[in-house]
Amino acid sequence: MDDIAILGVGMHPWGKWGRNFVEYGEKAARDALADAEVGWDEIQFVSGANSVRCGYPGYVSASTFANALGFTGCQLASSYAACASGATALSIARAQILSGVCDVALVVGAESTPKGFFAPNAGERHEDPDWLRFHLVGATNPTYFALYARRRMELYGDTSEDFAAVKVKNSRHGVFNSNARYTKEYDVDDIANSPMVADPLRLLEICATSDGGAALVVSSLEWAASRGIDNPVRVSGISTVSPTYPNSVIELPYLASDSWAAVGDETMTFKDNIASRAYEEASVSPEDLDFAEVYDLSSAYELDWYEHIGLCERGDAAKLLRAGDTALGGRIPVNPSGGLGAFGEAVPAQAIAQVCEMVWQLRGEAGHRQVEGAKVGLSINHGMFGHGSSVICTR
Amino acid sequence: MAAVEGLFTLGDEPRLIGGRARSRGSYFFPKSLAGSDPACLGDEIEEVLLSRTGELWSYTTGEYAPPAPYVIPGDEFEPYVIAAVRLAEENLVVLGQVVDGVSVEELSVGMKMELVIDVLYSDDEHDYLVWKWSPVGTSENGEQ
Repeated sequence: MDDIAILGVGMHPWGKWGRNFVEYGEKAARDALADAEVGWDEIQFVSGANSVRCGYPGYVSASTFANALGFTGCQLASSYAACASGATALSIARAQILSGVCDVALVVGAESTPKGFFAPNAGERHEDPDWLRFHLVGATNPTYFALYARRRMELYGDTSEDFAAVKVKNSRHGVFNSNARYTKEYDVDDIANSPMVADPLRLLEICATSDGGAALVVSSLEWAASRGIDNPVRVSGISTVSPTYPNSVIELPYLASDSWAAVGDETMTFKDNIASRAYEEASVSPEDLDFAEVYDLSSAYELDWYEHIGLCERGDAAKLLRAGDTALGGRIPVNPSGGLGAFGEAVPAQAIAQVCEMVWQLRGEAGHRQVEGAKVGLSINHGMFGHGSSVICTR
Repeated sequence: MAAVEGLFTLGDEPRLIGGRARSRGSYFFPKSLAGSDPACLGDEIEEVLLSRTGELWSYTTGEYAPPAPYVIPGDEFEPYVIAAVRLAEENLVVLGQVVDGVSVEELSVGMKMELVIDVLYSDDEHDYLVWKWSPVGTSENGEQ
């Protein structure tokens, strides 16, 4: 797969600002354009990552953001893939660029979120798994995170202290990130003293729903060169894969896993497959990574990702953590941005924010959280119902 | 009455109502809302009753009241335990609340669990029933 260039990145700081999401997206977009030194009137295509929590303007995000910046007649696409929306929006922009439909595009996502648990759409929705899991089981998002965490404890011997150590690590990274919502350094006691939400996970270990916005200006390598940019950060691989049947892990928002009675076995999981497509497209392997941005929806969840992206064998993630390998200064820093532990989650902006961090790292502009000499980064997450999301950036 | 029709049977030996692809034998729960086997495209999915027992895959608690459509049973929210159980025959993992009176300290991955019917919530007219998981040997705590 051919690369595209990332010319500019921008973010609106994460927080609980309670304002219109369009403001966050517009601010992020203007910052990305300024960073790229590209005029809004030069943008030929806007790829919007939708929000389902901000009313109709959220469903037509590309149009909403284009209107906020001023309608210029550029082409638009709005898409939704839950937490994977940002990677999906980037993949659409890449397809437009590589097919020659456009040369330069803006990718934007933003959201303003309500407090507390995410909830399903209203109504009596007996045919919506997202409705059924709340109504019949009382299964919230942290329920699923906690099931995975408990399984790590019983299968691999991970401890609550290990999980807390992930949060401590990411909070230390987040201290250096002015876009993060939480810039306080937490210690293990802070976490142990926070309320239990879904045993074994405590409040400080579960990512908060947040407001935020992120944007990218991307172009063909030729267009970048025409602007005198010969060594841009490149998007070298994007994965937006679905699960492959059977997925033995019970995933949000389903009541059951797939069955491995007829085919497959219990080692087959969706999250193992997401990164492989991105590695394949980018022609890189886990050993080539200098850092990774992974979706730490909970502290324990970050450890799952170490294994899913091939940093270690299944069951060995806590060893990497305990050795300090995944902290800044370690062998393979994970979540140098501070991750969701420091940001919380602004759904359609989050996968784009991961790419912003990769760009700052690969340009050497990440300040106190810089991974020295970073050349290759990977981001990963997945959207509820089965949207994979992984991006590999290189320079 | 069942809180949602068509997902489970009532009675002394309740079962989940699942689907099974006739040709290949892949199972699904719920029958029409679960992950599909692409090899079964166009295959006839028959309705089957799933195993009543299985092994505990993982477990957790709900310490805070979820938003609607969760209905708080009784006057005040009480924390509850949730289990994910791998069904013995079908090799598929199914969520459910654990019957009242069982704490996480009493649970461990791999222990045998069985399906029971319990009250999810009640109003002036009905008890609304749902499946729950019970460690084998303690089902009298949960059955109605």
